[in-house]
Amino acid sequence: MFEFLARVFGRETTASKNVAKERLRLVLVHDRAGVSPQLLETLKNELIKVISNYMDIDEKALEVSLETSEDQVALVASIPVRGMKRIPKELASSI
Amino acid sequence: MSEIIVVTSGKGGVGKTTTTANIGAGLAALGHKVVLVDADIGLRNLDVVLGLENRIVYDITDVTEGHCRLRQALIKDKRYEGLFLLPAAQTKDKTAVNPEQMKKLCGELAAEFEYVIIDCPAGIEQGFRNAIAGAQKAIVVTTPEVAAVRDADRVIGLLEAAELRNPALIINRIRPKMVRHGDMMGIEDIIDILAVDLLGVVPEDELVVISTNRGETVVSDERSRSGQAYRNIVRRIKGEAVPMMNLDDSGFLGRLRRIIGLK
Ligand SMILES: Nc1ncnc2c1ncn2[C@@H]1O[C@H](COP(=O)(O)OP(=O)(O)O)[C@@H](O)[C@H]1O
Ligand SMILES: [Mg+2]
Repeated sequence: MFEFLARVFGRETTASKNVAKERLRLVLVHDRAGVSPQLLETLKNELIKVISNYMDIDEKALEVSLETSEDQVALVASIPVRGMKRIPKELASSI
Repeated sequence: MSEIIVVTSGKGGVGKTTTTANIGAGLAALGHKVVLVDADIGLRNLDVVLGLENRIVYDITDVTEGHCRLRQALIKDKRYEGLFLLPAAQTKDKTAVNPEQMKKLCGELAAEFEYVIIDCPAGIEQGFRNAIAGAQKAIVVTTPEVAAVRDADRVIGLLEAAELRNPALIINRIRPKMVRHGDMMGIEDIIDILAVDLLGVVPEDELVVISTNRGETVVSDERSRSGQAYRNIVRRIKGEAVPMMNLDDSGFLGRLRRIIGLK
């Protein structure tokens, strides 16, 4: 009965279209973030190049991934640092 | 000036072939010279939807492989002056044609016809790539379901990557009553999500099935709502600004309108 009344008065919370829309939104967040393994590999290598200018990192243990949670996507990188580099004076002052 | 338009969707069974047939017949009914290309190689459909299945001699692969001239493979529809079909091959698979050949073929057809409309197979593999290779514009067909809209989103991305920008969307098989009750995604919901231009909305209509059974197109049925929807789409393709029709026909006035044949 309540279902029926809710429908009659257009209460939207239980409406299946809202469920559909929300599921669609989430699935598209994931789909649109869909990055190919090659692209991730390229990204990883570029990251290594840049970061190596500043730090001594453990390239083999470096991990980069896209993590999708409830309603957002994050680029997560785990980069073990072995040590800091001695940054050249002129570069350091410009940072 | 001619236009080469591909009708695509990602998901199967959403109405690509029905849309292609009705847009083609609708344009031809307005006096345009139109060729419909069935690019669904191996799963020939457009011929039966148009009721032309008994007249096929050559198909698209006979043309690309040089077994016949393009003209010979074209089937003329007897009901519409100016409507032609280039049928798909039924006994081959998608690899029988490649994108380069499709491009060349579309170019040749565009020299003869005002509109070249390509019926794309489902999927995003080679059949899809063949079908879009020669196109200048794309129409994406979807239905108000999660899976269909998701696939439409994917296809829109692939079309844009292939330089077919700003595809136009047709939402097919909408049921106004269910939308009203909140049990089906509506036009705004889908447009919101896909962020593309809307070319038209076609309601779920038994008359589509009935006319397809007969090998006819509903676009020529003056009294049908889906036919009206397709006629509106055809005029929009021609560049006219046609307002979206009111699909909600449930009230007293709606019923009355329907009874007296006003749409
Ligand atoms: N608006 C509509 N109302 C009712 N049935 C429809 C409608 N559009 C398409 N259909 C039916 O849906 C089925 C699939 O359509 P089709 O055009 O063959 O899809 P596709 O080419 O995308 O696979 C067919 O049986 C067709 O008659
Ligand atoms: Mg089809």
